[in-house]
Amino acid sequence: MDRRNFLKNLSMAGTATAAATSLNIAAESPKPHEFVSVLVDAKRCIGCRECEAACATQNGLPVPDTKDKSVFEDIREPTPTQWTVVNRFETENGTVFVKKQCMHCNQAACSTACLTEAMKKTEEGPVIWREGKCMGCRYCMVSCPFTIPKFEYHSANPKIQKCIFCYERLAEGEVPACVQSCPVDALQFGQRREMVQEARNRVSDNPHSYVQHIYGEDEVGGTGWLYVSPVPFDEIGFRTDLGGEPIPELTQSFLYAVPVVFLLWPVFLNAIRAKEESSALPPRDQS
Amino acid sequence: MTTSVQSGTPREWDIREFVKFVIKEAKPRGKFLTPFNMISIPIILVGAILVVIRFVFGIGSITNLSQSTPWGIWIGFDVVTGVAFAGGAYVVTFLVYILGAKQYHSIVRVTVLNGFLAYMFYAGALMLDLGRPWKIINPIIGNSFGVSSVLFLVAWHFLLYMAAEFIEFSPAIAEWLGWPRLRKIVGGLTIASVIFGITLSTLHQSGLGALFLMAKSKIHPLWFTEFIPVLFFISSIFAGLSMVIFEGSISHKVFRSRVSHEGHADHDAILLGLAKICAGVMFVYFFLKVLVLVHSQQTHLLATAWGVWFMVEVLGFVLVPGYLFFRAVRAGDVGLVKVASALALVGIILNRLNISVIAYEWYAANPYIPSWMEIEVTAAVICVEIWAFRWVVTRMPVLSDPPSWAPER
Ligand code: SF4
Ligand code: SF4
Repeated sequence: MDRRNFLKNLSMAGTATAAATSLNIAAESPKPHEFVSVLVDAKRCIGCRECEAACATQNGLPVPDTKDKSVFEDIREPTPTQWTVVNRFETENGTVFVKKQCMHCNQAACSTACLTEAMKKTEEGPVIWREGKCMGCRYCMVSCPFTIPKFEYHSANPKIQKCIFCYERLAEGEVPACVQSCPVDALQFGQRREMVQEARNRVSDNPHSYVQHIYGEDEVGGTGWLYVSPVPFDEIGFRTDLGGEPIPELTQSFLYAVPVVFLLWPVFLNAIRAKEESSALPPRDQS
Repeated sequence: MTTSVQSGTPREWDIREFVKFVIKEAKPRGKFLTPFNMISIPIILVGAILVVIRFVFGIGSITNLSQSTPWGIWIGFDVVTGVAFAGGAYVVTFLVYILGAKQYHSIVRVTVLNGFLAYMFYAGALMLDLGRPWKIINPIIGNSFGVSSVLFLVAWHFLLYMAAEFIEFSPAIAEWLGWPRLRKIVGGLTIASVIFGITLSTLHQSGLGALFLMAKSKIHPLWFTEFIPVLFFISSIFAGLSMVIFEGSISHKVFRSRVSHEGHADHDAILLGLAKICAGVMFVYFFLKVLVLVHSQQTHLLATAWGVWFMVEVLGFVLVPGYLFFRAVRAGDVGLVKVASALALVGIILNRLNISVIAYEWYAANPYIPSWMEIEVTAAVICVEIWAFRWVVTRMPVLSDPPSWAPER
């Protein structure tokens, strides 16, 4: 894929919502580009499930019947054949609908976990899965704090299935299928910095309509998908106990220790042995 | 003493003879209808059928794994627990070759053999659990190195460690083949592979624990701590030694006729010596567990059902066996050592399963319980491993004395 083109298209997609301030920040930033992002507004979402249908069509998955409202009786999780789901929550402040899919974490646990780089955080932001590399160990599933990657348990040639942020569509300069399908602008696509700014504005301009928190701004080191909500996030199925530390950092100190042990241990062991050897006479056979 | 007239006698090999020898040795020996065979053969056959089903219809066809529980007992028991049990090899080689504790020399070979087979079969059982095992080549040949992955590290260490253990064991193979030149070469590699092996073991025993660090939000806070790698490493010491004690006392009975004179004479002293180490390490481990618990400020959780379960593990199967080891050493009671080792092994199973399976997604509405088929396949893997062990032990100088031409042990 042509990266230059991708970025150009991306910034075009971004201009629609670009605030002058965020552009300034972007200009100062030494980073060449930003991750892409989607801002989900749980206040706007009407539970029409058009995004579910659009996702399925885009990715060749079975298209759900959006007229069937009975699905809302259960809280659903994404499945191997449904990368995104909309759930309904009855709260004190009324009914809230909210979409769920891969969060495309800034520092993605799944991609750090993957020993084949099948799961990959791309430079543009989407976390994608590459069939040719995956060996099906499911460590990505163990590591993901949102339990997003799904596995085809009933296939002889199983795949990991999850939202890939419509990676190919983005490369062609289009917005994700779900974003395009949303009739009420509950989903908004752009660069992450812009989306954070947009979320902040929305929340602070309407302090009575939104809780003062942007889910995904800081959680697990920040995620590509951001949420604003009219009710506290734990009431609409979000884990609020994940903290701001990126998941990959949990294994960092162990991984740093590895080369140290690897180099020092043999020297150390050999030194003890030499000492023992010299004190034990006559020399022993080494088998 | 050996059943074969030919094995162990030094000779010049020509290919034809060599093949003939191997074919002759490959044939089963001894009584066929032993109780063990009668039990293990059906288990292995059923296991084989289940494995075929698994590869045709997918992992879900015979396991109870789910989207929220991606790892079950094939990982939690076969791999995570099995590798801890196999830790005896690195500990015993450390004692003998690094510290020069010669009194344990007679158990080195059998321990290394056990370790090697455990890695081969239990870690090999990983292949059954991989959804796309044919892609395992990717992280090995290097077209996709996920170097930031702990699993990548663990996988590589498994491979390298198996090679190291094979080299450590190969003098026995050379002696069996009657091949003095080979014996000399591989004998000279022993120390290097021991040092390499201990280093690798330190890293992957702790690495298996480090795998679960990223699952912080999913593991019950009584079990999750950033010290999991350290705890895994320390517990692998007494897990491995307990296995050496437990397994050693069984094979000593079963293969009585093959045990060398030296092996017979030493056995009780060896068990007591190992028990002493176990006792010490288990107290350190227990102390660390308490320290971590206090430090994490989770003591209030002890009053919950999970807390009781936690105490069953830590008091009932760490503190108690640790104390029994201590008592047994004091009293010189070998029987008690065996009891303590069995309890310690149960404690390790509990600990590893708690972290990888039981307290993982502990809040899940419908917790994972392994299917009988998962357990069956695990049992089959263990049976095959025992067959392999028996095959080697009845042919090569493992428990028995090496042939007279080999360098003195
Ligand atoms: S939500 Fe899970 S699957 Fe998605 S990027 Fe984050 S860690 Fe990976
Ligand atoms: S299942 Fe596949 S994508 Fe997930 S960690 Fe394993 S190799 Fe990587």
